[in-house]
Amino acid sequence: MIAGMTALYIFMLAAFTGYEIISRVPVILHTPLMSGSNFVHGIVLVGAMVATGHAHTPLEQVIGFLGVMLAAGNAVGGYVVTERMLDMFKSSKKGAK
Amino acid sequence: MDNVIQISYFASAVLFILGLKRMSSPVTARGGILWAGAGMLVATLITFFHPGMQNYLLMTVAIALGGGLALWSGKRVAMTDMPQMIALYNGMGGGAAGAIAAVELLRGEFPSTTFLTLAIAGALIGSVSFSGSLIAFAKLQGWARKPLRFPGQQVFNLALLAATAGIGAWLVIQGELAGGLVLLFFVLALAYGVMMALPIGGADMPVVISLFNALTGLAVAFEGFVLGNAAMIIAGTVVGSAGTLLTQLMAKAMNRSIGSVLFSAFGNIEESAGGEVAGSMKPIDATDVGVMMAYAERVVIVPGYGMAVAQAQHKIQELADMLTKRGVDVKFAIHPVAGRMPGHMNVLLAEANVPYELLYDLDEINPAFPKTDVALVIGANDVVNPVARTNPDSPIYGMPILNVDQAKNVIVIKRGQGKGFSGVENALFYADNARMLYGDGQAMVGELIQAIKEVQ
Repeated sequence: MIAGMTALYIFMLAAFTGYEIISRVPVILHTPLMSGSNFVHGIVLVGAMVATGHAHTPLEQVIGFLGVMLAAGNAVGGYVVTERMLDMFKSSKKGAK
Repeated sequence: MDNVIQISYFASAVLFILGLKRMSSPVTARGGILWAGAGMLVATLITFFHPGMQNYLLMTVAIALGGGLALWSGKRVAMTDMPQMIALYNGMGGGAAGAIAAVELLRGEFPSTTFLTLAIAGALIGSVSFSGSLIAFAKLQGWARKPLRFPGQQVFNLALLAATAGIGAWLVIQGELAGGLVLLFFVLALAYGVMMALPIGGADMPVVISLFNALTGLAVAFEGFVLGNAAMIIAGTVVGSAGTLLTQLMAKAMNRSIGSVLFSAFGNIEESAGGEVAGSMKPIDATDVGVMMAYAERVVIVPGYGMAVAQAQHKIQELADMLTKRGVDVKFAIHPVAGRMPGHMNVLLAEANVPYELLYDLDEINPAFPKTDVALVIGANDVVNPVARTNPDSPIYGMPILNVDQAKNVIVIKRGQGKGFSGVENALFYADNARMLYGDGQAMVGELIQAIKEVQ
């Protein structure tokens, strides 16, 4: 468990990190980056797994199952579309050379 | 084992941040997603070793099912449909955060009020993001194009949000989680997400998707606190703040504040569209345009979403290539919101192998228009409408536009005489230096290529 103030510090530092990362991004990468950040919050999968792992009643299990399914969709889908988009930047570079 | 798990989460948080960092430059972007992907893999695999867990079969089936469907849809989706797929996957993340909160609320084991508050807040934000993103998806997919508005909508929505938050607060204060009330809380939160997204017009959707993306990040971070999972807190918060900034950047590019996107959409479309424009649209045929372009010194191509819909990007690339070989200086002018999202057009052109050195953004290309011989507008409309500069009454007034009207000749490839996404009449089409090339984008560019070939 993470103690209250420590959690607050993590939150603050992570917030600044996110802001800093984006503030230097060229417009051409906005869509892939939005997609990439969409993939990163797919980490919710980990939470959904832990929640399901501790589910006891059938109702908890059903909701947990749905949660894991949705989270896996977020992670896998986010990865696939981001990779497809970024792949194109690679091929365009080759085409230019 | 616990230490190994914690270290793995730490490593994956680092990988996420480095990955996003690398994604912010075109040269390293490709590697960035691999880094972030590695982080996700490490975090997911190590979670199976969490102490005291059960239901492994349930989890594995759920991962296979959700992941499999996403893999299948993600591989198949066309590049033009990317924005709504991002909305869909984002909504799934929000729903997952809501589901985590639901399970935790049902179990009802919260060490302190702080945890309960965060669980409830995460549940609210996650649920809103879930249902709102699904509406955004449906709208961009064309299932529900028309914004739904009714009198007193804002008051209604505000009341709905207040009621939801009120029940949430009540649950926290009581500390007793009555099943019926928890259910009502989720129903209202989901309803608010729907109501929030319904009145928003299609043109504003990218901003909204980006906002939901940031919200999901925040919901994930909150649920991360509840579960004491540092990787979730860090990744969620980074996405939350990065997404908020990205939302602001997008709104700024469209000259809209986030508030006006959410609460006042583009006025009443029927009324604002009535603005009379003097002059007439003058048609031209492809042969003439071909000759014009072949003997031009400088050509600027202005692609819009319509080009992508017509799948004309490959033909456009061929055209640009051909003109370049003839010694014509060809540039592409990319409006920040060309396509459906900032950067969407760049992706579409990259798909067609247009070198990104030829792509210029608004500030770089606008000074070049007066020296441009031919500006070829294909599938773009609102972003080249000069009324955004000249008519303070227009709903798009003040939006930064590409000053295409300053070019010596403007050729507009357009399917028919319809209006743009905002529903506003385009004064450019009536300008003296503008000619309309009516027809399907792909077919017309094909004819242009043919015409230029014949010049040789």
